[in-house]
Amino acid sequence: MKRNKYSANAIKVDWKRNKSLYLLAIPVLLFYLLFMYKPMYGALIAFQNYVPTKGISGSEWVGLDQFIRFFQSPYFVRLLRNTILLSLYSLIFCFPAPIILALLLNEAKNKHFKSITQTMTYLPHFISMVVAVGIVKEFCMSDGLINDLIVMFGGTRSALLQNPAVYRTIYIISDIWQEVGWGSIIYLAALAGIDQQLYEAASIDGAGKWKQMIHVTLPGLMPTVIVMLILRMGSLMSMSYEKTILLFNPSTYETADIISSYIYRVGLLEQNWSYSTAIGLMNSVINCILLVAANKLSKRVTENSLW
Amino acid sequence: MAKKNAEIQKKKIKSSAGEKVFSVFNYILMTAVALLCLYPMWYVLVASVSEPNKIIRHSGGLVKSLGFTLSAYKKVFENPNIISGYMNTLFILIVGVATSLIMTCLGAYVLSRKNLLWKKPMMLFIMFTMFFSGGMIPFYLNLKSFKLTGSLWGLIIPFMISTYNLIILRTAFESIPESLVEAAKIDGASHLKILTSIMVPLSKGALAVQFLYYGVEKWNGWFWASTLIRDRDKLPLQVILREILLSSTQNMQAGGGGDTEAVGMTIRYATIIVATIPILLIYPFIQKYFAKGVMVGAVKE
Repeated sequence: MKRNKYSANAIKVDWKRNKSLYLLAIPVLLFYLLFMYKPMYGALIAFQNYVPTKGISGSEWVGLDQFIRFFQSPYFVRLLRNTILLSLYSLIFCFPAPIILALLLNEAKNKHFKSITQTMTYLPHFISMVVAVGIVKEFCMSDGLINDLIVMFGGTRSALLQNPAVYRTIYIISDIWQEVGWGSIIYLAALAGIDQQLYEAASIDGAGKWKQMIHVTLPGLMPTVIVMLILRMGSLMSMSYEKTILLFNPSTYETADIISSYIYRVGLLEQNWSYSTAIGLMNSVINCILLVAANKLSKRVTENSLW
Repeated sequence: MAKKNAEIQKKKIKSSAGEKVFSVFNYILMTAVALLCLYPMWYVLVASVSEPNKIIRHSGGLVKSLGFTLSAYKKVFENPNIISGYMNTLFILIVGVATSLIMTCLGAYVLSRKNLLWKKPMMLFIMFTMFFSGGMIPFYLNLKSFKLTGSLWGLIIPFMISTYNLIILRTAFESIPESLVEAAKIDGASHLKILTSIMVPLSKGALAVQFLYYGVEKWNGWFWASTLIRDRDKLPLQVILREILLSSTQNMQAGGGGDTEAVGMTIRYATIIVATIPILLIYPFIQKYFAKGVMVGAVKE
């Protein structure tokens, strides 16, 4: 039965009936073909010594040389460590922050207060990355606000953004500032979806606020948390380059430079096309595997999954 | 019996007292968090209208402006790069959002139809790009091969569709009753007609979210503009902003001190405000639609 789904006859009937619909889809499919799939073909230069004037067909094939070059590069360990550490810190601090905010905000019963607080905390999400990092930079300058506070508490002034030791702290804190409110939306929606009768039943059974939280609220929130966690795990190696490129400078490369920013540096700035593409391709494949693995794991353990 | 009841009563009062303390504490905490989120922008705003020589001598937080002057804003608008940047960004915003919405509507409409033999393969074709991509360099080389570098169109055409947005809109279109579509078909309406006169008017909320997402993305985008465009007249606002706020020469100036530094600082603050104002202005009008746009369930097939 299933094998016949795409039989010649079925295709003919479908084409006759839906021709005008397929015509509407052409621009969209063409977009994906030209701007999403053609670069995937272009990623073949990862296995070449690509020379732009010769093109993909004319360039020399070198197999896995570019990948090996990356593994043997002195930066390899540093990049891997920085990427994973930044991701891990983000998982530990940035991931739970919106969940906690949503839980607390859910306890505030005054509707006006709730909506004003939400509006205020969402706002930083819409500020552009350039402006956000610009503000961070102004605040972290040696005569900036943060240093004023440090001095107030008895510390000494320093150029914080030149200091590799505090780079990750700055990155993570500013990330929480920008995303904690926006991230909480999805959890608030999940909390609003919990059946109110469950709370009533629990309170009749003598459960206080705390017990209700543990036995009603948290189980109701779990599916959403798991789905978000899968997505987060899937992007473990793909920390965005945009913020890093804006925030780092050569004096903080030691802790700041991550795989995606390195791809940008050696690719677009130094024009090592093949080498940089190889690193990107490797990263893409790892991300894909991580996502599929996280999804499988979650399906088995919790029965919640993305697909 | 009565004693037991009284005990329960007592317990209830006790726990509700504890709840009250928590509630008060919670309100205070939430207020603090909200203010903390807003404070950096507020600081920048009041600093931008403060008098430069006062702000440079001030240390610590700011609650209200020190003096009042708009001189920094005057300087910002005298900068020809800011004006041209604004114009370029407006072009990208208007043309970009329009083309994005058209393309996303087309895709979402087709994929929301039933009884389409090739629907699942098309869906896979599109979804796959969410999980795997060619990467930054092949994407760049691809644009170069299409001669899309050096023009504002290069910042519009390759970014017309965001797959995530497409899937959200498809879910919205799917929720529109099929009977309406059937009725229109019987009246002889074409698919394009159904899309424009049934789907679009009935999905205003979802489209508002699309409008917001695409709008913010185009307004805030800087990376590909800084990579693809060399011509200074064509740079959008965010790239100009990056030069003003984050370039290394500014870093050196910051250590210099004196009047020029003070002026420079207020100018930087004023630039931030000028570049962020449009978003702050439309923000309150669209925020009621937020919750609709971020359902994870929407991604699930």
